Amino acid sequence: MRITQGCFSFLPDLDDNQIRDQVEYILSRGWAVGIEYTDEPHPRNTYWEMWGHPMFDLKDAKGVMIELDDCRKEQGDAYIRINAFDSSRGWETVMMSFIVNRPAREPSFRTWRQEVDGRSMRYTHEMVP
Amino acid sequence: MNEMSKTQITDAKKRYAAGVLKYAQMGYWDGDYEPKDTDILALFRITPQEGVDPIEAAAAVAGESSTATWTVVWTDRLTACDQYRAKAYKVEPVPGTPGQYFCYVAYDLILFEEGSIANVTASIIGNVFSFKPLKAARLEDMRFPVAYLKTFSGPPTGIVVERERLDKFGRPLLGATTKPKLGLSGKNYGRVVYEGLKGGLDFMKDDENINSQPFMHWRDRFLYCMEAVNKATAVTGEVKGHYLNVTAGTMEEMYRRAEFAKELGSVIIMVDLIIGWTATQSISNWARQNDMILHMHRAGHGTYTRQKNHGISFRVIAKWLRMAGVDHLHCGTAVGKLEGDPMTVQGYYNVCREMHNPVDLPRGIFFEQDWANLKRVLPVASGGIHAGQMHQLIDLFGDDVVLQFGGGTIGHPMGIQAGATANRVALEAMVLARNEGIDIANEGLEVLRKAAKWCKPLEAALDTWGNITFNYTPTDTSDFVPTASVS
Amino acid sequence: MDGNAATTVDLRAEYESSGVREILDELDRELIGLAPVKERIRETAALLLVDRARRQLGLAHETPTLHMSFTGNPGTGKTTVALKMAGLLHRLGYVRKGHLVSVTRDDLVGQYIGHTAPKTKEVLKKAMGGVLFIDEAYYLYKPDNERDYGQEAIEILLQVMENNRDDLVVIMAGYADRMDRFFSANPGFRSRIAHHIEFPDYSDEELGRISGAMLDAQGYGFDEAGGAAMREYIRLRREQPHFANARSIRNALDRARLRQANRLFSAAGVVDAKSLSTITEADIRASRVFSGGLDIDGSRRKDVP
Repeated sequence: MRITQGCFSFLPDLDDNQIRDQVEYILSRGWAVGIEYTDEPHPRNTYWEMWGHPMFDLKDAKGVMIELDDCRKEQGDAYIRINAFDSSRGWETVMMSFIVNRPAREPSFRTWRQEVDGRSMRYTHEMVP
Repeated sequence: MNEMSKTQITDAKKRYAAGVLKYAQMGYWDGDYEPKDTDILALFRITPQEGVDPIEAAAAVAGESSTATWTVVWTDRLTACDQYRAKAYKVEPVPGTPGQYFCYVAYDLILFEEGSIANVTASIIGNVFSFKPLKAARLEDMRFPVAYLKTFSGPPTGIVVERERLDKFGRPLLGATTKPKLGLSGKNYGRVVYEGLKGGLDFMKDDENINSQPFMHWRDRFLYCMEAVNKATAVTGEVKGHYLNVTAGTMEEMYRRAEFAKELGSVIIMVDLIIGWTATQSISNWARQNDMILHMHRAGHGTYTRQKNHGISFRVIAKWLRMAGVDHLHCGTAVGKLEGDPMTVQGYYNVCREMHNPVDLPRGIFFEQDWANLKRVLPVASGGIHAGQMHQLIDLFGDDVVLQFGGGTIGHPMGIQAGATANRVALEAMVLARNEGIDIANEGLEVLRKAAKWCKPLEAALDTWGNITFNYTPTDTSDFVPTASVS
Repeated sequence: MDGNAATTVDLRAEYESSGVREILDELDRELIGLAPVKERIRETAALLLVDRARRQLGLAHETPTLHMSFTGNPGTGKTTVALKMAGLLHRLGYVRKGHLVSVTRDDLVGQYIGHTAPKTKEVLKKAMGGVLFIDEAYYLYKPDNERDYGQEAIEILLQVMENNRDDLVVIMAGYADRMDRFFSANPGFRSRIAHHIEFPDYSDEELGRISGAMLDAQGYGFDEAGGAAMREYIRLRREQPHFANARSIRNALDRARLRQANRLFSAAGVVDAKSLSTITEADIRASRVFSGGLDIDGSRRKDVP
């Protein structure tokens, strides 16, 4: 199942040139760039593992691409995403996030339903590898 | 009107002698007044009756929206009435519109109860709009001092936290209103929700008038919609939501519906503007206590916001709603089926989203406004928009907006899922292209056509609606730029 | 271009349109003296223009090696010229962004095991698309300590200088003799550095002009006797330890302005614009340089040989 988190999941997977262009855009806005990876893309799994600290003060996307290559070498069968962080007052949050690597076989999710109080329902989602 | 009648009478004996005086003579006009930082300011567009002096009319507006009545009352002298009087301090003709005047009024902070939009509105629009010496009056803009804003909690969630909670960044959010808006059973209704969300939308939405009618009890709607939301979350791996409309006849019933939405795990609820200011502030407090995003549908606003000469500008409504505390607010599309010229609409967006609004006359912003860290409201563009306008929408409104394609999703020739996918692909392709430096305002259609080559649903959407525009002259336009409509 | 490759390139037009001319003119205008340096940069610019033309005509494909060494004494303009060089390389399209990241050993080498590689990589990532300027690069190499972490930084640098020639240009700077020793001990650098530029000491006359220009930039000037005193100061200062060319001049002028302020304040009279902006003989001659003493500017530089 193709997980559609991140802002470009409905497009064909971005190639490295496209990724570089997006990173250039991020840098042009003065945002820091972070690389994160996980093998558990549950929609409520907020904290993916950080591939090092977010990169501040870069002028060129190459620095990010070098790290992304290294991350792919080590975590090639994980989800990897690129995040942009804005430190300006009033935002101070992630401004962009997109997936740049997917495992060969993506997991899926099963919905668990628990009937309570008559017809009411409790839902939860479990990842199925 | 002679100079005497424009000047406040300072001799107390004359001033408080029983009888009728001009409002200016009573002290509601002061052309030399310098507004204080702590004053609440209002700008009215007024159309005085024939023969009524604009300055006297402005003084009357100030008077009737603060302490005055039609005749002199001696009880004024028991108060520090000079300070309680609102002061009209500037009157200028509206450019290019004979007979209309902009009148600026300053109100001392003490005139308002803290944290109450009901009180603000009772003062500012309580009386003056039916005042006989005016043919028409419109509240164009307001400035609230930081001191007053700090008595409001503002949006319960705000753009930043909403995005963090939904894990969606760097692109507009996508929604659609379930159609037909009336008549579907709960089970059929939930089907539409599931198809739209699975196809790629972030949100589906109840319409303003779906509450709890005979064909669908509200509990049924909530149960089926949340089944759809959860199922769609599972098949996409994304957080999804449905704006459950909790609008009801009483506050007690609204709370009951909101509680049920929370129990079922909904991330968002919705109310209509017609519930009123007090109910809005109450449900906002509830939302803040329950980690709930609050969606505001501006049902009914067209009755008083649309005509330029009379009523209230939507930018004022947007300011009141940011203070009252909503997270989503329908602000117009500029390109769709509903009223709004592009720059005026951008002005509403800026009121919702910026932490500081500079004076911006072409966009209808007359006052500088520091929002004192009240959270940002996420504007919603909804009404007659389709995938073929994606470049215009993103160019006009940027990333922080919910784009709602109702008919443009559900009316897709290949089905609801395909409609949703067409919109999501168009959206992502456009954001990608813009970030790559492509001039989407001019080359956006090319971007869409390129994506349509590999995305059948988008191709079908463009074939169906590619040429649909709503190119009517807007009525509520800027007084400071020539009117133009997009598309 | 692809189906229909160009058959000629107008070098003169490229020179103008690329903005190279502008940079070289700036260099001439803003930097006093340095004739041999300017000449070498002009040659380098010509080489790069021709190389670019060759690639446009399909005669060459590889990115040429552009790493450089700038050798010379302190205060001879190496950092300033490196900034211009970054601009030049950017205009010619050899680096994408054209910024200069200036570092010393401390920015590259860590304090404990595992610290150096991330530190060096951090700097390299920031320098990508621009020029990395390593001042006193020889401190990276400490032959007397075989476990020195500098060696790790050297290895990473060598690798990047080889593999990322499209992404950044490295300029290593420092004293000529120490740089020579550093290169002979680390032949990897020698083979990767194609351009060596030597920065001569400024002549007395050049330093005189530099002092005038520095004062001018701050809205000051010498009177006649003040100018003469400055020329004498320069002659004497050069013979004393820790002489650092233009940097010594800047320090001397900072102190002269302090003395001027003291002089005006002690006199406690009425001042006009002219007296407020004039450096006189007294302001210069009070320096210990004239009494054979050592001026302070050297004492801040502990690491000068």
